[in-house]
Amino acid sequence: MSHPFLSLRDVSKTFHTGGREVRAVDGVSFDVDEGECLAIVGESGSGKSTVANMILGIYPQTLGEIAFKGSALPGRRDLVHRRAIQLVQQNPLSSLNPRRSIGASLRLALDVHEIGERSGRDERTGQLLEEVGLPAAFRTRSPAALSGGQRQRVAIARALACQSELVVLDEPTSALDVLVQARVLKLLNELREKRGLTYIFITHDLSVVRNVATRVAVFEKGRLVELSPTEAIFADPKHPYTRRLIGAVPVVTAGEAELRNRLMEKTDANA
Amino acid sequence: MKRTFAILLRNPLSLLGLVIVAVVVLSAVFADFITPFPAHAGAVVDFANFNKAPEWPYVMGTDLVGRDLFTRIVYAYRISLILGVVVLVLAVPVGVAIGLLAGYLGGWTEYLLMRLTDVFLSIPPLVLAMSMMGVLEPTLTNGMIAVTAMWWPWYTRLVYNLTRAEKEEGYVLAAEIIGASRLHVMFREILPNCVPSIVTKMTLDLGFVILIASSLSFLGLGVQPPTPDLGSMVADGAKYLPDSWWLTVFPGLAILVAVFGFNLVGDALREVLGAEQ
Ligand SMILES: Nc1ncnc2c1ncn2[C@@H]1O[C@H](COP(=O)(O)OP(=O)(O)OP(=O)(O)O)[C@@H](O)[C@H]1O
Ligand SMILES: [Mg+2]
Repeated sequence: MSHPFLSLRDVSKTFHTGGREVRAVDGVSFDVDEGECLAIVGESGSGKSTVANMILGIYPQTLGEIAFKGSALPGRRDLVHRRAIQLVQQNPLSSLNPRRSIGASLRLALDVHEIGERSGRDERTGQLLEEVGLPAAFRTRSPAALSGGQRQRVAIARALACQSELVVLDEPTSALDVLVQARVLKLLNELREKRGLTYIFITHDLSVVRNVATRVAVFEKGRLVELSPTEAIFADPKHPYTRRLIGAVPVVTAGEAELRNRLMEKTDANA
Repeated sequence: MKRTFAILLRNPLSLLGLVIVAVVVLSAVFADFITPFPAHAGAVVDFANFNKAPEWPYVMGTDLVGRDLFTRIVYAYRISLILGVVVLVLAVPVGVAIGLLAGYLGGWTEYLLMRLTDVFLSIPPLVLAMSMMGVLEPTLTNGMIAVTAMWWPWYTRLVYNLTRAEKEEGYVLAAEIIGASRLHVMFREILPNCVPSIVTKMTLDLGFVILIASSLSFLGLGVQPPTPDLGSMVADGAKYLPDSWWLTVFPGLAILVAVFGFNLVGDALREVLGAEQ
């Protein structure tokens, strides 16, 4: 197979709001390789989520082409493409229906894509929960009974339920506190390895990037300004904007930094 | 559900509401057993005891043909409740479905459905019901149809607004990304989140449907004799005020108490269910 796993060619998105035109994404081209974790960084409003939403088919691109495994993705997605490309949102509280049980939310993916025998699907939701480090008994709980980290694990399990290949994670850990964040990142690393998943990982947090990404795409005002392997970005940022971004990493207190480093080391060791 | 009930019982006002509603509903259901003269619900004439002020065994007096007023009020509750329940059973699903469709699908569907709803909402309810009753025969069934026709748009408005807000929640996006059908998203994801507000409104409305039905029959457009009806009782009795005061006072109080009770429970539900999230 000579096709890239996912490719974007001159993709642009223009929003029309209140008579004004906003070019949120402007002529972006890049490839994502199978099995990698491509981080997308950039400041607020740089078009990161807009790129992700076009890949997910939430809305079509204005110009350009997005191709998955060699075939162009249509604006209106069919079930095959829905199944292959899944999303983990930032806020796990809103992304789980408060009036449905965890099991029902997970089962939806199995039902829609007719995965496994009907009678075995409830059991399968339990296995999915165990796969993300939660007890199978959580199936019957409502999201309100879970902590933020647990909810995000459920959201991850849901993204995997339909045996997706590409998972778009839009700031999946930014609503979580540091300790929980590290554990969720570790889980994501493990799952990617075990299942051979491909991630597109949007984040503001460069320490997260260092921890999960194989490559980093830097966005500025809707344009892709740099795309390099993770070590290269940190060792030798080419674009002035990237340099500024790396220089702008918030300085945490010494204690926090040490705690974070220790957690990250542990995560690396276990991954 | 249990929790909701426990909270309702703790507040004295909502407790009072629950008691009223329970008494009204239970007496209507068991009217055959608790009323002294069940036959008086129909076309009975007892001229020996006509137009009597309250005295044992006629605790609320008798009407102009000698029927026990208490018996007739309890049976009128039964009719009113049946009417209220039937109206809501017909109006709520229609109103809810239209609100969901308009709110979730947007575009032309939204435009057409909401304009239609606005047309119905812009006609004063009594005028709408009266003009329908002017065309239709004044029977109980037609009364239900008329009240239903004026009731569904309120549920459309309510659910439409709720749906527009819920649509922005992440769980709706999540279901869409998974590939769930629009029907699933509307009825299995969004609708459950509207249920508390719908239930609250239904409780409040049971009281109002009773009131509207009474107004209609007060105007001679609702339930026809000899079926007992609170609105007609007030209307007929009004001619004999103040001498035969019981003919109007007790049916009037009966309307008031029932509407009051359903309102107390509805208000309490609104607070409890709203605060539960
Ligand atoms: N649905 C929309 N309608 C109109 N404008 C939009 C829409 N979505 C995004 N935009 C605009 O497009 C630009 C890029 O937004 P986008 O959400 O992609 O940024 P982002 O990089 O994800 O930012 P953040 O880090 O804050 O999430 C912004 O100027 C935003 O206001
Ligand atoms: Mg974003």
